Amino acid sequence: METSLILAAIAKPDLITFIAAAAIVLAGAFGVVASKNPVHSALSLVMTMFGIAILFIEENAQFLAAVQIIVYAGAVVVLFLFVIMLLGVDRREIFSREKLRGQLPMGIVAGVIALGEVLLLAKTTWATGAKASTGPVGNSVDNVTRIARAVFSTYLLPFEATAVLLVIAVLAAVYLARRVVVEHNEEEEIAVAIPEPDDSDFGVSISTADYSEDFENESDEEVIDL
Amino acid sequence: MNSILGLISTGPKIVFPSISYKAIGPEIILIVGALVIMLISSLAPSLKRTKAIGAMAFAVTAIALIDSIVLWSNFVSHGASRAIASSIVLDGFAIFLMITISSAALLSVLAGEAYLSRSRIGRVEYHCLLLLSSAGAILLASAGDLIVVFLGLEILSIALYVMAAFEKRNQLSGEAGLKYFILGGFSSAIFLYGIALTYGATGTTNIQKIASFLATNTVTSNGVLLAGIALLIVGLGFKVAAVPFHLWTPDVYQGAPAAASGYMAAVAKAAGFAGLLRILITAFPTQRLDWQPIIWGLAALTLVVGAILAIVQSDIKRMLAYSSINHAGFVLLGVAAGTAGGVSGSLYYLIAYTFMVIGTFAIVNVFEDSDTGVVPIERLRGLARTNPALALFMAVLLVAQAGAPLTTGLLAKFSVIAATVKAHSYILAVIAMLSAVIATFFYLRVVAVMYSKVPQDKVSESPIDDEEVLVFASGGDGDLGSFDRPEGDLAVLAPAKVAVARSLRISTEAKIVVGISILFTVGFGIFPNPLVHMADLAKLLF
Repeated sequence: METSLILAAIAKPDLITFIAAAAIVLAGAFGVVASKNPVHSALSLVMTMFGIAILFIEENAQFLAAVQIIVYAGAVVVLFLFVIMLLGVDRREIFSREKLRGQLPMGIVAGVIALGEVLLLAKTTWATGAKASTGPVGNSVDNVTRIARAVFSTYLLPFEATAVLLVIAVLAAVYLARRVVVEHNEEEEIAVAIPEPDDSDFGVSISTADYSEDFENESDEEVIDL
Repeated sequence: MNSILGLISTGPKIVFPSISYKAIGPEIILIVGALVIMLISSLAPSLKRTKAIGAMAFAVTAIALIDSIVLWSNFVSHGASRAIASSIVLDGFAIFLMITISSAALLSVLAGEAYLSRSRIGRVEYHCLLLLSSAGAILLASAGDLIVVFLGLEILSIALYVMAAFEKRNQLSGEAGLKYFILGGFSSAIFLYGIALTYGATGTTNIQKIASFLATNTVTSNGVLLAGIALLIVGLGFKVAAVPFHLWTPDVYQGAPAAASGYMAAVAKAAGFAGLLRILITAFPTQRLDWQPIIWGLAALTLVVGAILAIVQSDIKRMLAYSSINHAGFVLLGVAAGTAGGVSGSLYYLIAYTFMVIGTFAIVNVFEDSDTGVVPIERLRGLARTNPALALFMAVLLVAQAGAPLTTGLLAKFSVIAATVKAHSYILAVIAMLSAVIATFFYLRVVAVMYSKVPQDKVSESPIDDEEVLVFASGGDGDLGSFDRPEGDLAVLAPAKVAVARSLRISTEAKIVVGISILFTVGFGIFPNPLVHMADLAKLLF
């Protein structure tokens, strides 16, 4: 029995890898929704990401596999963990009641639609037109090298232009996160603390109400004036 | 180092593309300018709060504009070219839009300075974001590759999200930024997915290569390609605020500071249409029968919905937002025609609209409160008596937007409608003319309010006016820079008089912006030939 399994594994390594990776992905996905503790959910998500990375490697997409781990497992899930930790790990009641009404049935419907889409795409043979411009897979040069070459030749300008995006991101984050500083032409700089959220809510709601009243009444008057 | 190179050089040698810095000159000037301003402001913090920052930003945009004009004269004498592995194209279309965008940036730096000296926050950040976003818009206008289009769009949009949320003390502004950010993020994702599907169908992201692939191959089952085109149209339709992707526009234009709204209206539209025209007409001319009906429908809806909803607005910023949707419909006419005449008509419309809208918002900025950001049309009542010059300029800019004779507005509307008629879509031309008639109403309504008298007897009996005065007074409280303002007097003044008191504080920068806008709009309206000739030369070649 065991020898036949090993033989099968040797004969069809792809299949065995796929089954193992798929099991990891599914187990992780199940863990995300089933865990009571949000930290466990986030860690299960890491497991799913790793499983998907294995599937990418099996498809000869080594670069995507690396990106999957670096970006999703490394950055996105860590961000999730930060948020969970900042909100407080012990708040389990988040899961006990639904925030949105009809969340579960809608989720099931969306899941069924997504599954149907995948099945439809797997069945149909839509022509994808040209072969990839980077050339056929199986050449002596591997995938990662190809991407590196494309980034530094065909896509050199877009690659450099992403730097501007990062500059804007830093500038924007610093500006938006900073306290309001009213600048004076003289030497002193007066820092105004942002008002208490409750107060400002109150103030703004009142003033907008005033304005909406203004609008209604004044548009009435305007008809007379014109 | 050599061993690393040895490791790399196992495959064929990497051929680096030759980089023509001239071709990306305006982008480099704007980006380096922004970085230098940031550096200077951190090295010399005392400069941060002075007009020197604005002057530097102005100089940067002026140099970018001059560089664009030099590129244009090169183009006229030597013809179009491609650069940096075909990811940049320098045809007349691209360079015309470069000139449009850098003039918009130049005017907006001035308008922004007028806003910043009132609100006294984030002078450096505002100007740097403005410079970087116009670099993104110029990158988009000269993009020869879908990836470059996407990056240009993102650089432009992300800076605009922050500019919409710039007035942090005002919750409407924060709301505007958040709405714009979330919806814009979605639309960028949709656009990116469109690029992916197009790549899947044609095997390349280069716009020129997509066209030649589709010209030489027949895609037998073209589901992926059609889905890709549809998603690209949705993504760009959002950026130019075409109906039904327009829902963000009124809230964002109202919440954002008026100076930023004017910049947004001019540059986001110019850049979005640059992408739309380049992608549809250069990359997918073979699929014309598929995309033309979609654009036809978008144009008709945008024209009608924009004009009708603008009528019922009581806030002038919201009204201008809907009017910008209406203008987007007119530019879409040129896209729907899909001919060379349509392209130059759209370009002419974009440059004419740029000057009109920035000038209009620069005037609106005078009437804006830092605390609430709203500008009810009523606040302009009686402006003609108290500040006749300002009222006249506002009236000229508004009737120019409505398409009055002797302004660029009329020629702009005429050129796109003529292109539509030449493309035999008569129904669309009729819809456009009807919507222009409807649009005339809401522009003239503002003019009528400005030139009507202030009803003196109403001031005392109507409680609303008192509330308005109260709001004004609180506006004075929030503005720390105006302690010297006699608030006791303000409370007893009639609203129109308060408006006068405010309007008298028009900064020099705002005057310059309005002056340039008027000169451009009326000057090229009376002597149309140079600009029309330029727009005719500005053809899409790649």
